[in-house]
Amino acid sequence: MIAGTPLHAGAAQGLLLRLDDALSFWGGLDPSTGTIIDRSHPQHGERLGGRVVAMPGSRGSSGTPGVLGEALRAGVGPAGLIVTKADINLVAGATVAAALYGCACPVVLVASSDFGLLIDGEATRVDPDGSIVQGASAS
Amino acid sequence: MLDLTDDEARWLAGESGRAMQLAMELVLAAAKVSGADSLVEVDFAHINSCHWSGKLSEDFAEFLLAEGAQLAVPTYTNASLIDCEHPELRPTTDSPEAVRGAERVMAIYEQLGCVPTWTCAPYERTPARPSFGQHIVGSESNAVAFYNSVLGARTNKYGDLLDISAAMVGRVPLAGLHTDDGRAATVVLRIDGLSPEDWRDSAVFHAIGVRMGEEAGSSVAAIEGIDAASEDDLKAIAAAGATAGGVELFHVVGITPEAPDLEAATAGRPSRHVIIDVEDIATTIERLSTVRSGRIDAVCLGTPHFSVAEFAQLVELLADRPIAEHVTALVTTSRAVLHEIQLRGWAERLVASGIDLILDTCTYYTPRPTGVAGTVMTNSAKWAYYAPGILDVDVAFGSLASCVESMIAGEVVRP
Repeated sequence: MIAGTPLHAGAAQGLLLRLDDALSFWGGLDPSTGTIIDRSHPQHGERLGGRVVAMPGSRGSSGTPGVLGEALRAGVGPAGLIVTKADINLVAGATVAAALYGCACPVVLVASSDFGLLIDGEATRVDPDGSIVQGASAS
Repeated sequence: MLDLTDDEARWLAGESGRAMQLAMELVLAAAKVSGADSLVEVDFAHINSCHWSGKLSEDFAEFLLAEGAQLAVPTYTNASLIDCEHPELRPTTDSPEAVRGAERVMAIYEQLGCVPTWTCAPYERTPARPSFGQHIVGSESNAVAFYNSVLGARTNKYGDLLDISAAMVGRVPLAGLHTDDGRAATVVLRIDGLSPEDWRDSAVFHAIGVRMGEEAGSSVAAIEGIDAASEDDLKAIAAAGATAGGVELFHVVGITPEAPDLEAATAGRPSRHVIIDVEDIATTIERLSTVRSGRIDAVCLGTPHFSVAEFAQLVELLADRPIAEHVTALVTTSRAVLHEIQLRGWAERLVASGIDLILDTCTYYTPRPTGVAGTVMTNSAKWAYYAPGILDVDVAFGSLASCVESMIAGEVVRP
């Protein structure tokens, strides 16, 4: 188990998708499909829908909260987010999507050393206290 | 959690409605994320939440309106998607959801009491020009860099949803660029070896901004070696630096208000030094073009929105000559600046030459504006940086003088 800090608390379950670089949501994610469209991103073409997405954070634009929230509204957003850098834009997007549409997408902060322990593709559970469980005991 | 005032506690408890409650929750989340242990009052906001970017921006605006949102401070609106005076620029029939959504969102933010400036550069005109030391809410990236660097006001870059929330509660976390500590430069760029003639080309300032963004990322930068810069030159550095990196504050030693000398700009702390020479500037200018010569289809000026001083240069350079028939020339600006150039008689002269003056929006946003396709010339590093990816166009970047000669000739001219 990894002990994270909940930035936007909630529970989530899904297969882990690990992004090697921070993602620029505005212009980098298609909010109608949840697909990464930034050609320079290592995980270009991956879909965030239903996955617990682990990434260093978001990049750039003020548009990030709106794009994350829009993807959640459309039902193609991540099940949860695990980041290594506290990121208010992701928290704002998740908070507003919860208030408007009842979408749950917890945002959890972990130490960089713990980020390295997360296994791509594994069944993953995020608990409201920010703890993260991977593998057979996650489901 | 930090100590709350009576007002803050009431908002958080939902006693002033769900909109104020959500706004307070977001501001407190921002405080937690930034590690701030107190909030600071602001007295000015320039927000981007009013820019339609999908159904959520519309639903959020409707929520604010229905749930009794109140603004605590004068709040100015960033550029939108549409120009109500020029609906043909982005026709409803081509992209009904975006155009109708933008119309609705604009109407709601006006109803909420925002000042309908619809500009990325409200700072061109008073009263939308914050003063030195004032704590404010900024969102649009070029404006955040301008407020902090050129005016000495204090803001972090607040994203959509959070910017309007901060305007509603009139507070932001006391963190980052709101603190003295956060404003010291950690990267120093030394501009070296440019001749007086080099400095006369306004493209140089765009290139300096690009190099600053690349070197500094989102750190605070200081620039040495600029003897003189107009406000428009500084605006160019701000916009390019915020685009190529994420620069929210830079100091120009001897010019901007918090940098009488390098010691002040860096607060005497160690910093990383980079030399930018004449060759570096030339290569950077080259990199901003995807094509260097040949026929052009359009010219886009005014990113950020054109100032009165920039219009003065345009009028002088154009000298009432007609532009080539096949070229679409668009200049984006604000309502306030347009009003002033109408009074001066310039607007009429520019239109007579074949230039369209566009309000309330920018020409690199999607949906694509009518006529902006193929090869487009611009004098803006920001436009040159974004448009090839967003609009799938070729870009020829050049000085304003080069843009003017090119729109007349219908092909790239490098005077």
